Order: sequence, then structure tokens, then C-alpha cells
Amino acid sequence: MTVKTLKIDDIDVAIAAGSTILQAAQEASIPIPTLCHLEGLTPVAACRMCMVEIEGTSKLFPACVTEVGEGMVVSTNTPKLQGYRRMNVELLFAEGNHVCAICVANDNCELQDLAVEVGIDHSRFPYQFPKRSIDLSHPQFGIDHNRCILCTRCVRVCDEVEGAHVWDVAQRGSACHITSGMDQPWGEVSACTSCGKCVDACPTGAIFHKGETTGEKQRDREKLAFLMNAREHQQWTR
Amino acid sequence: MDKIRFATAWLAGCSGCHMSFLDLDEWLIELAQRVEVVYSPVACDLKDYPENVDVCLVEGGVANQDNLELAHQIRDRTKILVSFGDCAVTANVPGMRNMLGGSDPVLKRAYLELADSGAQLPHAPGIVPDLLDQVLPLHQVIPVDIYMPGCPPSADRIKATLEPLLRGEMPQMAGRDMIKFG
Repeated sequence: MTVKTLKIDDIDVAIAAGSTILQAAQEASIPIPTLCHLEGLTPVAACRMCMVEIEGTSKLFPACVTEVGEGMVVSTNTPKLQGYRRMNVELLFAEGNHVCAICVANDNCELQDLAVEVGIDHSRFPYQFPKRSIDLSHPQFGIDHNRCILCTRCVRVCDEVEGAHVWDVAQRGSACHITSGMDQPWGEVSACTSCGKCVDACPTGAIFHKGETTGEKQRDREKLAFLMNAREHQQWTR
Repeated sequence: MDKIRFATAWLAGCSGCHMSFLDLDEWLIELAQRVEVVYSPVACDLKDYPENVDVCLVEGGVANQDNLELAHQIRDRTKILVSFGDCAVTANVPGMRNMLGGSDPVLKRAYLELADSGAQLPHAPGIVPDLLDQVLPLHQVIPVDIYMPGCPPSADRIKATLEPLLRGEMPQMAGRDMIKFG
């Protein structure tokens, strides 16, 4: 096994070649904020929260998909990055219709937590108030597109772990949204096994169990972690 | 030292932030000793917003002409204006009507389509203020000095914001206890 050595925030880290900067940072207990990342799923660098600076280039790199290199010098928490991260989360809030007060995921939401973490007390960007839909056609679950941040965790968990590929990303720009089956109502998609992994993976209140009301969303993230560990390391322990 | 001239105002919100303010319980007595309440729907009978206010908590988004006029009046006459609660900071629940488009579709939806009987649009010029096309967060209409999110902000959060102001210092709006939405 080839090992790469690098410096992250002045801490020396040695890690297997092919690892990502995010994995190296986690190894060294250096926190990098993430949102679309979910352990065990293919990283897609969709949310841009994990951007880091690498010495020698003015470009920013998403830590979740950037491989470590020998002698790399990485900064994860510079004032520049802090500024961009705050702006990024403000834009997520301004782009959708995130009404925390009446959301199933209130107090149990990764977007809400990130807002606190990056210090958002208001959005400097005008809210877009887009007209988005809610699909309640599935007997057990619902999807409220108003609360969706397009992290694509649901798409990936359904495809990569459940193997059903119910979800996909449709259209582009401000019209971009998550869609089910062949652009059908979720309840009519015969591929859906009703396993609920998308509910567990969703960082916000966009995908939820029917019957959950404000602040009541339950997620079984441990079930996902167990399944992914079992698949990758053949360790069937919980 | 003169007492701090303190006000609270209520725009497009449910008054829950003011209820939370009343949850300050016995600390209200201490507050009353340190400030002069010059305008407030829960603590003062004056109907007109006075001049030379030191601190004002403004609850609610800006949804109609009355809200808009009062917001400008408050800004002109207040040193430190606090955007008080999620409706003021984000437009929150009142802002959910923005997804329907302008004020016409909103009024039609509420007073015609959903009417059980006697469907008619409200029309009383000079009495019922006209709706703005969009409900706006306060800071999109006037400059704001301090943002206190929360639906409602807890009494503890209100106290932690006001206490430094009473000492003439700015509060630190950071961390879960101070800025979590919802």
C-alpha cells in the first residue's frame, strides 16, 4: 500500500494513496463541513461545503472528491473559506422554501445545523419563493420539493444501496428537481420497494414519513451505516 | 443616566414573539426598572410610534401598506432596531403566500375560492390596508442592526440579546442558543 503524506491545517497526515482529502482530514480529526456527503455513497461534490484551499493554486477544491497528493499543503478553515461557506448556505436557504418553524425536520436537520455552524442569522440574498410541488402519492412517504437542496443523497442511496434507482435529477438551473421513476408520481413507481432509505439519507425534511408533523422526523442513520459497513467490509455487526 | 427608551412593534407575525417576550416572567420587572417602554402592543397604550427610541424589537415580516409605513417610521426614529423572530428575519410562515404569486391570487384564494359562503374580496380603503405583492423580511425594506431568529425566539434568547444592549454593548449573535431558525 502506497502512503501519501501531506499537511492539513499544519497537522502532518499520512494516508493510503487514493484517499480523499476529506478522509485524510477525518483521520486527523480535522472537521470539514459537509452536506451532500454520506459515508458509503459515491461522493459527488454537489453542495460545495467541503471546499478547501491547496497551496500553490488559487482554485478551491472539494475535499470529498479530491485525492491526496504527496507533500500537499491543505487549509480547511481560512477566512476566505468561511466566507464562501456562509454564502453557500445562505444561497441554499434563499433558493428554496425552507420554513424551519413548520418543518418535520425542525431541530433534526443538517441544513439548519450548518446555518448555525457557519453563523447565519439572516440571508443577505433575497428569497426566491419558488413555486414547487409536494408529492404525497406514496402510501408511506412524502416528498416536499420546497425543502429539497438537491444533495442527491436519495438518488445515490436508492441506486447504490437499495438497487432500485427510483430517484433521478430532472431539468437544470432553477428548474432542477428530484424526480421519481419515469417522471411519475412516487406512488406509481413500481421499482420502489418502500425501504425508506431515502428518508433516512435525506439531510432535511424533504423526504419524510407520512404522519410526522413539525419536528417529528425520524431517521435511522444507523441502519444505513450498518448496511454500508456490511457491504464494504463484510462486517455484519450493529 | 436617562433610562433607555424601549419599544416593541408587531408587523406581519402571529404575536408569538411577543408571547415569548412575556415569558421573560420576573425579568420583565427588572427590565421595566431599567427602560422606559415608549411603544409596544403588550406593554404600552400609545398608538403612535414616538421619536428618539433607543431600542426596538420588531416582530413580523412586511406584508401590507401599514407594515411598510410603520417599518420606515421605526427606522427613522430608532437607534438600534432588532429584527425579532423568524417572520421578521426570513418572512417565515406569512411569506408562504409568496409562492402563490402577487396579492391578487392570494386574496382570491383566501376570500373567494376557500369561502364557505358570502364570497367577496375585502374592500375598505383607508381601513383595511392593501396587501403588498410579496411578504418581505424586514431587512429587505429597512436596514436592521441586530437579527434575532427563532419561531419564536426563546425568552432566554431575548434576554441574552437585551442584556448587553442595556449595558450599552452589542450582543453576540452566534451559536445554537442565539441564532437557530425555527
